[in-house]
Amino acid sequence: MDIRVRNNVMFAGPPTGPVVMLAHGFGCDQNMWRHVVPALAVQHRVVLFDHVGSGRSDPSAWQADRYASLAGYADDVLQICRELDLPPVVFVGHSVAAMIGVLAANREPERFSALALVTPSPCYLDDGDYRGGFSRADIDELLESLDSNYLGWSATMAPVIMGNPERPELGAELANSFCRTDPAMASVFARATFLSDNRADLDAVSVPTLILQCANDAIAPPEVGTYLHRHLAGSTLVTLDATGHCPQLSNPEATTRALLDFLATRR
Amino acid sequence: MSTPEPEQPAQTPGMLEDNADDLYEHAPCGILSTQLDGTIVKINATLLEWLGYTRDELAERQRFSDLLSVGGRIYHETHYAPLLAMQGHVGGVALDLRAKNGAKLPVLVTSTVKTGGDGQPLLIRTTIFDARDRRAYEQELLRARNAAEQAAEALEQERQRLQQLVAGLQQSLLPEKLAVPPGMQTAGYYHMASADQVGGDFYDLFPLTGDRWGFFLGDVCGKGVQAAAVTALARYTLRAAAVYDPDPAAVLGNLNAVLYQDYLSNTERYCTVIFGILGPRTPAGRTVIVTGGGHPPLLFLRADGSTDYVPVSGGPLVGVFPDAHFSVTTMHLEPGDTIILYTDGLTEARTSTPQQQYGSEALLAYAGRIAPAAAPAAVAALTELITGFGPGLADDTAIMALSIASDPLPRPEPDNVPAGRG
Repeated sequence: MDIRVRNNVMFAGPPTGPVVMLAHGFGCDQNMWRHVVPALAVQHRVVLFDHVGSGRSDPSAWQADRYASLAGYADDVLQICRELDLPPVVFVGHSVAAMIGVLAANREPERFSALALVTPSPCYLDDGDYRGGFSRADIDELLESLDSNYLGWSATMAPVIMGNPERPELGAELANSFCRTDPAMASVFARATFLSDNRADLDAVSVPTLILQCANDAIAPPEVGTYLHRHLAGSTLVTLDATGHCPQLSNPEATTRALLDFLATRR
Repeated sequence: MSTPEPEQPAQTPGMLEDNADDLYEHAPCGILSTQLDGTIVKINATLLEWLGYTRDELAERQRFSDLLSVGGRIYHETHYAPLLAMQGHVGGVALDLRAKNGAKLPVLVTSTVKTGGDGQPLLIRTTIFDARDRRAYEQELLRARNAAEQAAEALEQERQRLQQLVAGLQQSLLPEKLAVPPGMQTAGYYHMASADQVGGDFYDLFPLTGDRWGFFLGDVCGKGVQAAAVTALARYTLRAAAVYDPDPAAVLGNLNAVLYQDYLSNTERYCTVIFGILGPRTPAGRTVIVTGGGHPPLLFLRADGSTDYVPVSGGPLVGVFPDAHFSVTTMHLEPGDTIILYTDGLTEARTSTPQQQYGSEALLAYAGRIAPAAAPAAVAALTELITGFGPGLADDTAIMALSIASDPLPRPEPDNVPAGRG
């Protein structure tokens, strides 16, 4: 299978520029980066993709067991790097994609020059002294919400939209299409995301790391950012004046500036 | 303080009721306005009443997402807020509000972003509809869907378990590995017509005393567990009877008596079978004494390439008549000769035309094309034939081939001869 089709890989910026790979988190798709891409693409080769099961990825590539753990998504990231023969990338992962990046970079560190973790959390569930912010019951509530909301999704429209990746206008007519996901796939991704515990993987990270957190984030609270900063040796922690879990949407200017500053230190 | 406006004329009371401020406050839905970061700036009385908060407890103090259940808050952060930021509106999303007293309030939420003249987003307007009844119904639908999915999964597991059981049972009715008498080659094949049902075909080859060997191949009428029970009975009766008195006619008479008891007790099970004894090995091959009850003839592939059917209708169907008698046929197997026993699934397979059976003539012609063939090669060729029938082969089919090795004492390999000693 063509990896570019499978993960709906898109490019921006000069082909010879240093590569920045942008990975979206649980919820929507690569459109999350729309306000950040133009500035990054001035000097960088920007690689965008959708995780299998999200956005315009190829639904026939879905395997419930493969994508039931973050390792499956990390494997996809490595396959994209390999298949496109990318030089070492700066991997920018939002939300759960931050930990997907950590797992990928731990497996094949030579493919990564740095990690930028946007509103990351190594573990969403509270565990002893660790405050992830959520209980198992909270996650079950989320799964209920997913079950009740088939955003832009209907089984009859799905083949039309998903089968025509080259005709995006078909999907654009549907409301909420950026967060369109087969509810069954969304449920698997939600479990993989919110029930994961990647705290033990932090020690092994060997590439330079930026942690971008929001001053007010209901999903990744500041304590979690502090925890990551403490456990990722040599990491830089930047707190953005932004509210919510998606600073690339709520404060794209500050997010872009922080990413460009980090990229400048990598040149 | 200004004096209140004079009351409107009494003839237009409807206009009074439909005052815009009053409609906002007491609309049949919750209405709230927030800053772009979600901070509540304006909220109507309907929503305050649903939630049990006062205006002062919420305005400028809480964000919209603070009013949601925790699961709903995650959904808001990962889906609702990003969508709103990207497309300027989100409609009809099901969320749960958390009232001041902790009660959950299922609602449907719609938001739009109000922009200024320059297109810059200014604030978010949200309407909230009570969705208790609708949600209760949706929950029922979801529960029913989940139950249906679980039932389908359980059914599939049950089917797999059944198939494993059937395959295991079938295996137990066949020899694990067909025995190979000295100087002979043997091969067997069993085609299961259905993965869900045990078939009634059986065969075996087993040692008796003094390099004599018993063998049989048969077909119990019917399928399923009852047929399997009769198959097991037939198989063990034949083996035990052969040890007791290795005369094929006596062995089959014995099986007939046993199955007839069963037949009387209304299970109406009978079988067709060929039973034979291979005599001790000689340089000229082995003598074979066979008998059969109601079974298709043996297929004989000679070393010289000629082929023939050997009728073995020594008696009637086994298990139907109280005092059936069976007569025997004696023949001689020379080196290179092969006998093939099979059940009628093979000859009764449907070929290209729906009503046409493969037939015994076609089988003999096919045998003629493969002869001479040792047992393994003959079974391989017949397996290929059977595979070619595809869905045309509706019945279980058993095949067993026995041949005298054409070169019973293999010469030493040339490589094994030590060099320089020739």
